[in-house]
Amino acid sequence: MNLAEGVQVISFAILAALVIIAALGVVLLENIVYSAFLLGGVFISISGIYVLLNADFVAAAQVLIYVGAVNVLILFAIMLVNKKQDYSNLPGRWIKRGATALVCGGLFALLATMVLITPWSLESNAPGLIENTVVEIGKHFFSDFLLPFELASVLLLMAMVGAIVLARRDFIPDTLPTEDGIVTSLQLPERLSELESRELSASKSSEV
Amino acid sequence: MQLEFCLLLAAALFCIGIYGLVISRNAVRVLMSIELLLNAVNLNLMGFSNFLDPVGIKGQIFTVFVITVAAAEAAVGLAIVLTIYRNRETTDMEQFNLLKW
Repeated sequence: MNLAEGVQVISFAILAALVIIAALGVVLLENIVYSAFLLGGVFISISGIYVLLNADFVAAAQVLIYVGAVNVLILFAIMLVNKKQDYSNLPGRWIKRGATALVCGGLFALLATMVLITPWSLESNAPGLIENTVVEIGKHFFSDFLLPFELASVLLLMAMVGAIVLARRDFIPDTLPTEDGIVTSLQLPERLSELESRELSASKSSEV
Repeated sequence: MQLEFCLLLAAALFCIGIYGLVISRNAVRVLMSIELLLNAVNLNLMGFSNFLDPVGIKGQIFTVFVITVAAAEAAVGLAIVLTIYRNRETTDMEQFNLLKW
């Protein structure tokens, strides 16, 4: 990257501030829809930092996969699971939050000291940067990282099949044959949820 | 821009992610915190790849793999949350006792 040093430092500072503020918003805001949108802001800011770190392909992949797929999936899940619940009725809630904040602050202090006192071996006369990272990443994928690349494709297939099997609606199987003939699966009743079936069995046992 | 700034930012993001993972009671927010953790790891990998290994960009390869696994994890995790919500009518982490005893 042939930007001046000051420009790089200032851009990095702005992007880092955006990342930290948006991540705090993700964790601390009460409304989860705001959290989901701020998560998209975190991903986009991190993609900007990748551009500053000379990784254009991974920055594009970050925007496409995280903002375009994962964040949209999270928003869909929020819309499907949107039920007003009161989360503030647990005793000792502030004690738990304070203890967690203390532990996390201690972990950050530990990591920061480790980062600052370690002498990283940065050689000043580094050889020239690669111009085209896409070609280089492709070479790595098909030579020395071929097995993980293929395993990643198998993993994606397994995750897709597993997610479909889990999220699919189940139907009651013994209502399939009716006297009217074949019923399409769209008209079948849904299987009872755990609470409903429990209530049903309770009412049956109280009748008996 | 130095390597230390990058690592400090990644450490801060990681700690925020762990805080959210522990305190949040909505299951979807827990998954969002896990995404924050994975992004902190990615930031570390990219920093080391740029400053210590600028020619053989191995860190970027690993980042691509981490992004792949994160996408798969998000899909399966959200499907599990959806199934639990359909069966129990809640997404509160305090009320999930399916694996207890």
